[in-house]
Amino acid sequence: MFKPAFPSILFFLSLAGGALSGCATQSAGNSNSNAKAAGAPLKLINVSYDPTRQFYADYNKAFAAQYQAKTGQSVAVETSHGGSGKQARSVIDGNEADVVTLALAYDIDSIADQKLLDPNWQSKLPQNSSPFTSAIVFLVRQGNPKQIKDWGDLVRPDVEVITPNPKSSGGARWNYLAAWGYALDKWNGDEAKAREFVARLYKNVPVLDSGARGSTTTFVERGVGDVLLAWENEALLAARELGRGKFEIVTPPQSILAEPPVAVVDAVAKKRGTETLARAYLEFLYAPQGQELAAKHGYRPRDAKIAAKYAAQFPKVKLWTLQSKFGDWKSAQKTHFVSGGVFDQIYAPGQ
Amino acid sequence: MPRFRFKERSVLPGFGLSLGYALFYLSILVLIPLSTLFWKAGSEGWPHFVNAAFSPSALASYKLTFGAALLAATVNMFAGLLVAWVLVRYSFWGKSLVDALVDMPFALPTAVGGIALATVYGPNGWIGAHLAKWGVNVIQTPIGIVIALIFISLPFVVRTVQPVLQELDAQLEEAASSLGASRWMTFRRVLFPYIWPALLTGTTLAFARAIGEYGSVIFITSNIPFRTQITPQLIYTRLDEYDTAGATAIALVMLVVSFALLLFINALQAWSRKRMRG
Amino acid sequence: MNDSTIAVAAPRPMESEKSRSQNRAAVRRATNEPVGVQIVLIALALAFLGLFLLVPLAVVFAEAFRKGWEVYRASITSPEALAAIKLTLLVAAITLPLNTLFGVAAAWAIAKFRFKGKSVLITLIDLPFAVSPVIAGLIFVLLFGRQGVFGEWLMARDWKIIFAVPGIVLATAFVTFPFVARELIAFMEAQGTEEEEAAMVLGASGWQAFWRVTIPNIKWGLLYGIILCNARAMGEFGAVSVVTGHVGRTNTVPLQVELLYGEYQFAAAFAVASILTLVGIVTLIIKRVVEVRAHSQIKAGSG
Repeated sequence: MFKPAFPSILFFLSLAGGALSGCATQSAGNSNSNAKAAGAPLKLINVSYDPTRQFYADYNKAFAAQYQAKTGQSVAVETSHGGSGKQARSVIDGNEADVVTLALAYDIDSIADQKLLDPNWQSKLPQNSSPFTSAIVFLVRQGNPKQIKDWGDLVRPDVEVITPNPKSSGGARWNYLAAWGYALDKWNGDEAKAREFVARLYKNVPVLDSGARGSTTTFVERGVGDVLLAWENEALLAARELGRGKFEIVTPPQSILAEPPVAVVDAVAKKRGTETLARAYLEFLYAPQGQELAAKHGYRPRDAKIAAKYAAQFPKVKLWTLQSKFGDWKSAQKTHFVSGGVFDQIYAPGQ
Repeated sequence: MPRFRFKERSVLPGFGLSLGYALFYLSILVLIPLSTLFWKAGSEGWPHFVNAAFSPSALASYKLTFGAALLAATVNMFAGLLVAWVLVRYSFWGKSLVDALVDMPFALPTAVGGIALATVYGPNGWIGAHLAKWGVNVIQTPIGIVIALIFISLPFVVRTVQPVLQELDAQLEEAASSLGASRWMTFRRVLFPYIWPALLTGTTLAFARAIGEYGSVIFITSNIPFRTQITPQLIYTRLDEYDTAGATAIALVMLVVSFALLLFINALQAWSRKRMRG
Repeated sequence: MNDSTIAVAAPRPMESEKSRSQNRAAVRRATNEPVGVQIVLIALALAFLGLFLLVPLAVVFAEAFRKGWEVYRASITSPEALAAIKLTLLVAAITLPLNTLFGVAAAWAIAKFRFKGKSVLITLIDLPFAVSPVIAGLIFVLLFGRQGVFGEWLMARDWKIIFAVPGIVLATAFVTFPFVARELIAFMEAQGTEEEEAAMVLGASGWQAFWRVTIPNIKWGLLYGIILCNARAMGEFGAVSVVTGHVGRTNTVPLQVELLYGEYQFAAAFAVASILTLVGIVTLIIKRVVEVRAHSQIKAGSG
């Protein structure tokens, strides 16, 4: 007579049960996205870049409250953060974003290349679709021991510079172009001199993190380097919250005007029926309340009144646009950051 | 003339069902997905493939990845043999605990291993602080990569050499020592020839595992082309640069290397089994 | 020729264990190293393991509790952490039965029968183990991404694979594919086929032989295979990282660790990491138990 092997049978049954319940939950999760019944919150997905995490956490709450007051519809905004290029890639590969709020126009252009949104997306919202701007500034250790004041100081042999990898980080591309632009001005537009300057700068970079957040960690928490090239908002965050009294911000006399753009991903919003909501979400960024929140989180607001209110936070700096020195993002990308481009040549072995 | 038979006769049932299902699942989960690498790499043409797969930064990453993995596997070859030897031959307090601990990197997520190693070996870490005094920087250098790879591939040599050591016929050693051989001589001339196939298998396994590692390394180094960028990181970076074909080309090179290593390991095992029997 | 796989933890049948160990003890006195050499070798081995294993393991808990129990509790019960834990459990609950079913089928065919091409099949089963996790993620992007092989087809039906739970399950199942099969092949080969054959001769059906003879014989190996597969499934990072959208609903526990670590929340990162570390420790304990049980089982079976 056979002894029943009930422990093993039970075990298999429980496994099979696990599989079934797993599948059930999964389909429940999927149907959630098209639940537009009255009272159910409408879901909006914002795919954003790294340093906007705190800003959008606050902004989403403010927007949801305002939208519900105005339309009676409750909204749940989900934001995802990561390197700008990585985030754009995920949208291109099928990550469903109703809106993208990225570090630079090139990444949204790449999404537009896949016909997910209008090639003229940048003209659909005011100010080149950038509701706020930022500058590239220096974060140094308290007392500025290396006396770093301007871009020229970054190539001194005794200075260690921390900046992320421009191949993967949007902020790092702004850093790179800001340095290049400085050199162009200094040597009257001599591209060879500019290239040499930037090459020397990157020789001083001991760590090339893949994202802006990683670089801040390296500089602030790991204590590596003398100066961090950072978004102004990221530098303000580090100086205020991560190490009060341990760092100070040096604003160089000139810098690039960084314009992080926003756009509705038409194809996705259309499919998910969120077009109106997505547009309202982005337009509210230009409203006084959105501008105020942006300023609070260290972005330079476009709204003159709010800019005046926060003037103390943003020192005067001569800001020039990317268009004035590099044409547009597509050609800047093509010259400098593609495989085998100028950045790769600067980094080639034996240099 | 004997007729060709795919399968030898057996009274047990279920061969067709079990093999059929195994092949079906293997195909849909592993073989078909992997074959898309060939499809995608081929879709852009041969020159593009060569350009992407053997660009200077790809070559540098292969050199670093294979070099660091080889170094880590070599360290584990010696250390793993030592650990296996100590665990089989000697008795000491807490031995079974140590024996169990050896499998830790196998059961621990690579991301956890990565942040733990980054903290321990960081400039403010328990070990890193001491190394920093000697001017040794682990984080953000190839040394850090090697340490991460040693960590994740540590169990393999121990676990392949251990059973061989356990089954060694003690009479061999006895005979050697009664013939006047020193311990070292006995080890080298009598024991080592028995151990080395297992040692080589374990080392190759460790190497194969190490070249693909991603999770633990990214917390220790940060993707600097030509300096600390390992191949899996390069694949990831290419993907984020919207260069899917480039990522695929590099991935294909790695896949071929991994497959070749597995074939080598299997051939090695078949050969050593034959040798043991003969 | 009977091919056996790599068998990291395969227990082997031992004949006349007792007399052999007595014999061995006698020989060892004549063939052992001097005590001094032993101590040096033990110390070296322990120092190596301490430096590379014990210290990193200890640091996980030290960092997790650095800011006290309250912070620890808050970190692992935050909504994000709980969502990540839930997703990770869900992914493991789908992956494990799939890989277990495959493992049992593959082991039955490989261990109980002799056929042509067996060693090729074993190599193919080992393949996901040697493939980089990043490549494991990449292939599913190539298949199911918007520009992938099935991209348009999926889009037209609004079926989401990558950047959703199915993609995470696929990547995880790929990476943990060999574990159950490998353990079982080693176990079943050690068992041989005599018992099942005897059951068949006594009139049992194939299923009866499988359920009542084979499964009880391999249950410990099966258990360890599943537990190991589970630990790897819950801890998979690289492959999952490629196929998720980094949004709350597609964040697993290891990705949550990365996220917190990147946000300077080290105590929270290590607190979440400590959960995974505990899973790993439990896995090792079960492995230990399995080894002891399996050993006595095989001895009883062959004795």
